[in-house]
Amino acid sequence: MIADALLPTVWAGLLAFAVLAYVVLDGFDLGVGILFAVERHYDQRSVLVNSVAPVWDGNETWLVLGGGGLLAVFPMAYGLILPALYPTIIAMLLALICRGVAFEFRFRARSVFGRFCWDAAFFVGSSVAALAQGLTLGGLLQGVRHNGPVYAGGWWDWLSPFTVLCGVAVVAGYALLGACWLIWRTDGDMQTRARGYAWYLGLAVLGLTALVSLWSPFLHPQFWVRWFGWPNILLTSPVPLLLAALAVGFRRGLERAHHLTPFLCAIAWFTLCLGGLGISFWPLMVPPDVTIWDAAAPAASQRFLLAGAVFLVPAILAYTIYSYWVFRGKIGADTHYH
Amino acid sequence: MFGLNAIELARAQFGFTIAFHIIFPAFSIGLASFLAVLEALWLITKRRVFLDLFRYWLKIFSLGFGMGVVSGLVLSYQIGTNWSGFAQRAGPVVGPLMGYEVLTAFFLEAGFLGVMLFGMKRVGPALHFLATCVVAFGTLLSAFWILSVNSWMQTPAGYTIAPDGRFLPADWWAIIFNPSFFVRLPHMVLASYLSVAFVVGAVGAWHLLATRGRNEAARTMFSMAMWMATLVAPAQIMVGDLHGLNTLQYQPAKVAALEGDWDTERRAPEILIGFPDMKAETTRGAIAIPWLGSLILTHSLDGEVPGLKQIKPADRPDSTLIFWTFRAMVGIGFLMFGLGAWSLYARRKGRLAEDRWLHRAAVVMGPSGFVAVLCGWITTEVGRQPYTIYGVLRTSDSVSPIGLPGVATSLVAFVVVYMLMFGAGIFFILREMAHAPVAGEPGPSETMPQRASGIMPGAQQLHPAGDPA
Repeated sequence: MIADALLPTVWAGLLAFAVLAYVVLDGFDLGVGILFAVERHYDQRSVLVNSVAPVWDGNETWLVLGGGGLLAVFPMAYGLILPALYPTIIAMLLALICRGVAFEFRFRARSVFGRFCWDAAFFVGSSVAALAQGLTLGGLLQGVRHNGPVYAGGWWDWLSPFTVLCGVAVVAGYALLGACWLIWRTDGDMQTRARGYAWYLGLAVLGLTALVSLWSPFLHPQFWVRWFGWPNILLTSPVPLLLAALAVGFRRGLERAHHLTPFLCAIAWFTLCLGGLGISFWPLMVPPDVTIWDAAAPAASQRFLLAGAVFLVPAILAYTIYSYWVFRGKIGADTHYH
Repeated sequence: MFGLNAIELARAQFGFTIAFHIIFPAFSIGLASFLAVLEALWLITKRRVFLDLFRYWLKIFSLGFGMGVVSGLVLSYQIGTNWSGFAQRAGPVVGPLMGYEVLTAFFLEAGFLGVMLFGMKRVGPALHFLATCVVAFGTLLSAFWILSVNSWMQTPAGYTIAPDGRFLPADWWAIIFNPSFFVRLPHMVLASYLSVAFVVGAVGAWHLLATRGRNEAARTMFSMAMWMATLVAPAQIMVGDLHGLNTLQYQPAKVAALEGDWDTERRAPEILIGFPDMKAETTRGAIAIPWLGSLILTHSLDGEVPGLKQIKPADRPDSTLIFWTFRAMVGIGFLMFGLGAWSLYARRKGRLAEDRWLHRAAVVMGPSGFVAVLCGWITTEVGRQPYTIYGVLRTSDSVSPIGLPGVATSLVAFVVVYMLMFGAGIFFILREMAHAPVAGEPGPSETMPQRASGIMPGAQQLHPAGDPA
């Protein structure tokens, strides 16, 4: 049995994993929606949608798990973060609704105008959801003013140059994941175009990641000490080096026309970024001063849900991996739906 | 804004989004079970008509399920955006139950929906039937956890309260199986079944009217739906009665409010129609039947029925709305019972497929189940006020510190987006229903994308194009 004091650490790890799963999985399918901006033809867009259609629903369930898990295990953080970032959360939810239904309805619309509207809803929904998630991340990173467990900040606290930078970075990052997904899952002209998008998006994401990484240590003294203090710097310095190595691998993957390498590099890139966030945050749940122990539910609550999660999360993972296996293979331009 | 404060707007917004959300799961719970029955009948009898009906309703199921997923996502976060006080205090108790709902039910349904929608050809009938049953079981499991949370908020048990005001779990068994859970869960599941039965009945009746009774699939679905009305409506009335007894025992204020009773008395009358006035502490223009109130609520002419005056004014639920929603729900229940009895009579006369007035009535009753579900839900949740956790945590202590303009803006945004998106969804569902089921009904079109996270195969796999990666 796990000791009570260790439970919040275990749960923080599990929730971080849920966030990573969500960001990577829904990231590429939101990214595919963002790429509607440059993929204009209806049939091409159908290929994009079909490539993610079998899996998007399950991808989004990780977001529900993130919300539900936060409520169950860190209720204090849940009740503090959501009011603080109310506008960005509500915007994200509304955007995800638009996108979720447009998915289904764009194939049922019979008029050109109807198709245009649902495509627009899909594009705007995907983009706004990504932007809102970036703003939420930025808002959390820059810290939440509070009085005990109650949010004490203002209506516009979430909006700052830093949060906008984070928002843009997440939009670009998701679009990159989407483009790399398409390199893997399509062929012919579509794949060639996706390589082009991935090239520019890769450059943009590299730049934006560097900006966010350089900016965030200045937000709180803790972040600075964590990254640049001695002896931490010994542990943190490999992170940027690994990022650079991945960038090289990504470039070679594109140049040598690999199918899967760019996507794997992009996923590893996101994983590293989240790892970097973990380094900054730990053991905080809500900067500047709420730790995971402050935010945690009583041990009885954590233990009760953990008992089920240790069996259910692996089962869910197993059939998720199996579903990706079943749906493997190219979505060629000649196999789109008539 | 209209003299409303931030709490009332937060309630309005939450109520609006849940009102939409409750419709789709109610539809999914009933329809998933109906689909499992249809497939079982097809496997047993090998009659083509059951497969046709299965495929016909499967397309509609996939639309409704998708909307349930996205509207449910909203709720996972809205509890925090609107009710952070509730989340922080009650999170240790209700959070894990909701966590189990996501882990056991949500992933289960989302996972096997793909097989159910598109996997018939690939996995064969037996495995496919298993997938249908898993999805149906998943919807019931969802209902189990969510109704457990909801019941706990009505009749909290198995907890202690910490000095800082947080609810701490003491006995999970007592929390999950709290005193009103045993009546609330069957009441809701039967309500889902009845709602779907009346939708199916209305669609069958519509096509019977259009084809003058010649469509075999329409005849079959109408007959099945009317059996449900005949059998389940009386069962639901009995469960509803048990629910009433339970509420009288644990939430007398709610019973007093929904009955519009002010004075606690024995041999209480039943007010059929009236206008409760919370300020004047009376129900105006009441038309009442002597002794009936005691008879219904206590099953005895002499039983004592609570009145609102025994409760402090600050602790009273507002009677003006729930007096009417309760009557609408009960009235619809008896209309359903009446239609079931009428159909039984027509069936015995051998006129079930010919009685055009019965068909017209069934068409009109099509949405009645959803109206009853909404009315019942309003009755029980508004009747819980002014508490979020009955008798323990007030709504005013549950609300988030969000200013009026913020809540008002987001309320407007929710209304606009929901009207557009779910309005379109309902339009597409009605368009599917408007086309008559045909022999050799195609399933969810393989020229359309499969939208679920399925563990199974879909259209892409029917066109393998090689994978050089």
